[in-house]
Amino acid sequence: MLGWFWLIPALPLASAALLALFRLPRRAVALLGAGSVGLSAAVCLAIGVQFVLAPPPTGGLGLSLWGWLAAEGLAVPATLYLDGLALAMAVVISLVGFLIHLYSTSYMAGEQDYRRFFALMNLFVASMLLLVLADSLLLLFLGWEGVGLCSYLLIGFWYRQGEARGAALKAFLVTRVGDTGLFLGLLLLATSLGTLGLQQITRQVPLSWAVGSAPAVAAAALLLAGAVGKSAQLPLQTWLPDAMAGPTPVSALIHAATMVTAGVYLIARAWAVFSLAPQVLFAVAVIGAATILLAGSSALAQRDLKRALAYSTMSQIGYMFLALGVQAWQPAIFHFATHAFFKALLFLAAGVVIHELGGQQDMMRMGGLWRRLPVTFWTFLVACLSMASLPPLTAGFFSKDWILNAVYESPRGGFWLWLAAVVGVMLTSAYTFRMLFLVFLGSPRAQTAHGEGLHGGARGEGGAAILIPLLVLAVPAALLGYVETPKFLGDIRLFAGFLGTALPGPPAERVSTELLLLIPSDVAGLAGLGLAYLAWRRLGRAPVALAARVRGFWQSGWGFDALYNVLLVRPFLRLGQWTRGDVVDRFYDLVAAGNRLLHRLLSLWQGGLLRRYVLALALGAAVLLALVVML
Amino acid sequence: MSALAVGLVTAGTLFVLGLAGVLVRRNTLIMLLSIEVMLNAAGLVFVLAGSRWGQPDGQVMFLLILALAASEVSVGLGLLLQLHRRTGSLDADRASRLKG
Repeated sequence: MLGWFWLIPALPLASAALLALFRLPRRAVALLGAGSVGLSAAVCLAIGVQFVLAPPPTGGLGLSLWGWLAAEGLAVPATLYLDGLALAMAVVISLVGFLIHLYSTSYMAGEQDYRRFFALMNLFVASMLLLVLADSLLLLFLGWEGVGLCSYLLIGFWYRQGEARGAALKAFLVTRVGDTGLFLGLLLLATSLGTLGLQQITRQVPLSWAVGSAPAVAAAALLLAGAVGKSAQLPLQTWLPDAMAGPTPVSALIHAATMVTAGVYLIARAWAVFSLAPQVLFAVAVIGAATILLAGSSALAQRDLKRALAYSTMSQIGYMFLALGVQAWQPAIFHFATHAFFKALLFLAAGVVIHELGGQQDMMRMGGLWRRLPVTFWTFLVACLSMASLPPLTAGFFSKDWILNAVYESPRGGFWLWLAAVVGVMLTSAYTFRMLFLVFLGSPRAQTAHGEGLHGGARGEGGAAILIPLLVLAVPAALLGYVETPKFLGDIRLFAGFLGTALPGPPAERVSTELLLLIPSDVAGLAGLGLAYLAWRRLGRAPVALAARVRGFWQSGWGFDALYNVLLVRPFLRLGQWTRGDVVDRFYDLVAAGNRLLHRLLSLWQGGLLRRYVLALALGAAVLLALVVML
Repeated sequence: MSALAVGLVTAGTLFVLGLAGVLVRRNTLIMLLSIEVMLNAAGLVFVLAGSRWGQPDGQVMFLLILALAASEVSVGLGLLLQLHRRTGSLDADRASRLKG
């Protein structure tokens, strides 16, 4: 049964191919598109149960599909590998992916390109599943690039809008910068270790490289470049807020299940390489901490609901990076799992709100929606509590607490990183509840899409396909934390036990100061909530009493777009203009001009006068005759 | 001057006259007529050659040319009608829309 796990990525892939090839009726498209991912999730869960009940003796199960590349000194077979880490990722991806697909069947119902949408979404999920299940790094890279391609195509789904096209191109190009690093890292690993199999690398690396040696640091740094690009961390984070130009289910998929978590997975998967490069690990932690603060403050100043959510994702991924940087691999993956559920829920709920308001995304024009959209409001509230990590009934509380604890206790962590994370908790709580207050509470500030009365009092939340995903996602967003609890709360260790064979535990075990450490982070969370409430009550419109300049700075995401424009985009364009008329271009201009001249000469012959043609004919015949006679 | 020479000179004269007609006249009807004259000049040469060597082939070829001329005229007249309908005249120089 376990050997069938190749079906997990194969099912959505097959469905994507079918959808791409055949013109199916809408109902069949929805059935195939959502059904294939649902089936994949079911297979995934069945295999998960099997895996827990009867784990493979070595802790993982490899599956060789076929030989892919075989060259002198390097053979790359297409191999899959299933262990606790891959399974945890696959379960979350397929489950969240399925719920998003189910939601999309209704949400995208008014769309012209229904079939294209589902084909791409399926391919997206399939690529991500391939990424997490691959054993060969090259196969992982294939999934990695597949994810990048699908994100490009889906962000630009409404390609008739210039904004969407630009955002798609930006996402593609910015992540490409990181991907180049990743590919170089792959080449380095392949040439120096002679293999690209992840399990083999994990076993072999500590034997061949010393801690802090040059190849280890280089390989880890290059892998980090790829992870930073995909996961939208500093300094390659600028694509993520713009990626909101895509449809809302796409945003949910990018943020919750696929794409941005790929970087976290890559670092966790390559833990053996990173453990040998303490400098790079420190960089990972610093990047994470900096991104938490940058994205958290930027999220506070956004007016666009989806952009605020995008920045919140950046900051949450920052927590995962911070955890990875202090070698707390398991907490990072745990936070990934909880984040996937509550972030998908937030996006799907935001989609309902945006539909209800007829495409309005400006939070300053929302408000008072909780009466109109009760289910959405309550599920959104659960997700908000979870993201702000307020106890007790939230998943985010447990995962973030685990991370904070690990950061404080780990020899690689320390007080300053921990402090940044605690400040991040306050920011998270502040921007989360700012969103909640602005969107759902207070008095309505905008007309709904269908106006009052027109709908006869019917709620605009949509049918079961919309509400079931919201309600189902709310359950893990609230309760998933109880599979892994701190010492003073039952000391349950299910998740760590599940991952135990694939990832080493945190360097420092949880200690009794845990309860003490909890106080500052919870105080910070409550302070954020209070801050958001005060600002919302007192000012109504402006969220925080900030100088306009600071708000503008934060709203633009600390001005990184402008900085990159000045540093990279504009010089490049200028260079392009400057080299426009160089020697090579001149040469080809010459060829073109010569051809044009010949064309003019030839067309002179075609004067259009019949008699002239006849004369030419007669003269030609006469000349030929004369030649025949004379020779 | 033998009969053959007389015939050949006549045929040559007819051919040149026809060619001149095609080259000089702009009226397509007259151009078509001139082409007929040229064809008949060629036919005359065939008949002369047939009688010179006592072979039937010359007359066979003449019949062939007759058939050719008949079919050419039918197509040509059809084109002429179209030309007149589109340009309002039979002037060959005005039908020059394909010029480069």
